[in-house]
Amino acid sequence: MEFQTHSSPHTSRPNRVDRVMLQVIMALIPGTAAMIFYFGWGVLLNVILAVGAAVGFEALVMKLRGRPVLPPLFDLSAALTALLFAIAVPPLLPWWMVVLGMAFAIIMVKQMYGGLGYNPFNPAMAAYVLLLISYPIEMTSWLPPMLLAEHSLGLGEVLSIKFVGTLPQGLTMDAITMATPLDEMRTQLDLNQMISEIRTSPLWGDFGGQGWEWVGNWFLMGGIWMVYKRTITWQIPLSFLGGLVGMATLFWLFDPESFPFPLFHVFSGGAILGAFFIATDPVTASTTRVGQLIYGAAIGILVYIIRTWGGYPDAVAFAVLLMNMAAPTIDYYTRPRVYGHGGVKGG
Amino acid sequence: MYVEAKRGKSRELWTFHGGLHLPENKTISLTGPVRQADLPTRLVLPLHQHIGTPAQSLVKVGQRVLKGEKIADSTAPVTAPLHAPTSGTVIEIGNHPIPHPSGLPGLCIVIEPDGRDEWGELPQPIDDYRSADAATLRSRIREAGIVGMGGATFPSAVKLNPGKPIKTLIINGAECEPYITCDDRLMQDEPERVMEGVRILQHILQSEECLIAIEDNKSEAILAMHNLVRDDEPIEVIRIPTIYPSGGEKQLIRILTGREVPSSGLPAQLGVICHNVATAAAIADAVLEGKPLISRLVTLTGEGIREPGNFKALIGTLAGDLIEQAGGYQNHPEQLILGGPMMGFDLSSDTIPITKGANCLLCPTLEELPRPEPAQACIRCGRCADVCPAHLLPQQLYWYSRAKDLEKTQDYNLFDCIECGCCSHVCPSHIPLVQYYRYAKHESWAQEQERRESEHAKQRHDDRIARLERLEAARKARLRKKKEALDKKPPATKKPKPGAPDKESKQAAIEAAMKRAAEKKAKQQAQPKNIENLTPAQQAKIDAVEQRRKNAKETAATSETEQQP
Repeated sequence: MEFQTHSSPHTSRPNRVDRVMLQVIMALIPGTAAMIFYFGWGVLLNVILAVGAAVGFEALVMKLRGRPVLPPLFDLSAALTALLFAIAVPPLLPWWMVVLGMAFAIIMVKQMYGGLGYNPFNPAMAAYVLLLISYPIEMTSWLPPMLLAEHSLGLGEVLSIKFVGTLPQGLTMDAITMATPLDEMRTQLDLNQMISEIRTSPLWGDFGGQGWEWVGNWFLMGGIWMVYKRTITWQIPLSFLGGLVGMATLFWLFDPESFPFPLFHVFSGGAILGAFFIATDPVTASTTRVGQLIYGAAIGILVYIIRTWGGYPDAVAFAVLLMNMAAPTIDYYTRPRVYGHGGVKGG
Repeated sequence: MYVEAKRGKSRELWTFHGGLHLPENKTISLTGPVRQADLPTRLVLPLHQHIGTPAQSLVKVGQRVLKGEKIADSTAPVTAPLHAPTSGTVIEIGNHPIPHPSGLPGLCIVIEPDGRDEWGELPQPIDDYRSADAATLRSRIREAGIVGMGGATFPSAVKLNPGKPIKTLIINGAECEPYITCDDRLMQDEPERVMEGVRILQHILQSEECLIAIEDNKSEAILAMHNLVRDDEPIEVIRIPTIYPSGGEKQLIRILTGREVPSSGLPAQLGVICHNVATAAAIADAVLEGKPLISRLVTLTGEGIREPGNFKALIGTLAGDLIEQAGGYQNHPEQLILGGPMMGFDLSSDTIPITKGANCLLCPTLEELPRPEPAQACIRCGRCADVCPAHLLPQQLYWYSRAKDLEKTQDYNLFDCIECGCCSHVCPSHIPLVQYYRYAKHESWAQEQERRESEHAKQRHDDRIARLERLEAARKARLRKKKEALDKKPPATKKPKPGAPDKESKQAAIEAAMKRAAEKKAKQQAQPKNIENLTPAQQAKIDAVEQRRKNAKETAATSETEQQP
């Protein structure tokens, strides 16, 4: 009898790229749902717009490259990039900026380097930074969380703001938008306010901003689930938050009225999202376990430095991109000791 | 409970990095005791079923051979003879499909059994092996054609002559590959045979301790072996955790001793030697009964085989004939694996023979072991590095292998890869990683071979130039001498012509030339001597020596991979 031959091992493989991506997307659902709850239709529209654009651009590039179009769409990597981007940008961002961001992420940052697995930079964060630098006003005009909003926008109103740019009658952009807690903290600190005074505002919750900190909680739950499922390793999130908390503690102990307490940093801005979902992007992160500790901690420290002394209120995107550049070097210097080489000596 | 030595000591075990808990699928073939396979109508015996120099046939077509008669051997230092598994007639000596990943045919002796199963003359049993010296026992083991039966097929007698004192003898009963159960069955059914073999090995090596390592999923085998250990011998049965590839020689040594075999070194450097349980049983047969290695246990398993189980089959039985005896195929299998699912290789047909290292025929259905889906891009997730028992960075190796950057692959220690398949198994992109490493290894070997050949050619060229120069210098010196003699003959008959060099300066010139020649000669003496003017016989002798040296080097390099998991 004749048989086909293949290379060993001959096992059925337990893992698949699309399942890994799907797990990450599932872990993002609670936090994304919380964002939709707190910030309204704009978040959902961003998600739909971004995913549609990303998948479209991915298909377009695959067609132009003369490659099969469908497999890269089913690996869900473009959808994940889009989702991460969509929840990182303000809900009222004009539609074309979302599409522009995705075009940059998928075409320039991902596919021009060779597609999935070959991109040195995190596409979602690169697109975020491109827009932040190009359109700083739009990119920092966040809505207040539902609890604080004087006027909650309906679907029609959001659609008209995003697609036509017309505001509801009698409202100005300033009236409907609000600074993020991180932004607010910076502005107030720059005005030489004491933190105890700043925090008397109703904007604040237990740790971070009202609403914001709950979004952080839901992302944290998704992140812990991913660590439990081994979708991601614990090294990067832990060292990221460790680096951030470490820096924050140091300065907070030094002067608690000028430097916010550590948990403020953890539950504000993109820290938790960044630690569990963005810095852990395997393609652009360090891959050795020791390297991941260094990589994560460095991002955490950079986030603190940029937040405290840099020109932008949040810093996850910059910190991640900076460390993306360092990842290959970190990997090179943190190679594990191979069996039979030095260390445990025989003979 | 079995970890504890009888003297009350409890043995500390170590772990190795990575490894996998795989679905064991061992119950499929654990259907009962070993079945004796029927005498087939044809036995195909490859001349090269061990690591080292192929054996050469000692028989002719048409010759009648008796069971246990030596039919092939070689004078090379690393080789193993071959014996007729039953009585019959040699009907052919020619190329046949053999179990090799390349799928290329190899030279085989084909025997048609006569059904009488008549034994030939066997060497005298060595009942009292304890009073026999190691050399005698080793020579018996060599003559019995025994090779490592865990799959690596390195000649056992060579391995038993480490030239270093051995502290720990490890008997490998781990059998960590899924599906395979022949060692388990052997230890359950014939523990006495295995234990006698272990004692003989222990006697030959004079090791301080002997550890029989068995994975803890084989409780009956552990018990059976443990019950045979006597109080007065330094033998322990060790229950080790079930984790693939615990049966890999390097991993097993790490588990039991906490030490690591140096890269490109041998276990003997640590005072450790590993032998497989089936090898031990074969050694017991050879020493205590004088019987050569002519049969072995083979696991026939998988959903594609009607009545899976373990068979005692003659070496040379065709896979198809053996599967026939296990009820034949069912469920339309599309794959036949020699060995286990992790490290075994696919056979293109079932007309290949069972060899000394063949422990398992796995015939899975497509549902059981589906073909891997097409490979996708590496997403650098690092799962491969988490499971690598050699603690390599498989994804970097993949990167450089794919880029054909062979130098870089060696920077990342490609040659420490044992090809266990853990990385490929966990890869979410389904990249056939091991295949890439095999490719890179072969490319590196080919490059090294080429480099050595060109160096050799250059050396020969340089030697030739030097030789020609030397001959030319000698010729010139001779001519000068002659001329000088001629000049001397008619003393002062001719008056020196004006402007012609006078005698003294001529003499000086000759002396200078001779000095130069001598210097040149001295310089050349530093290079290999006596390589010019070789007779064809001498050259042949040199070539033979070179070939032997090469073989020895090769076998030394491969012997570390002995005893595959």
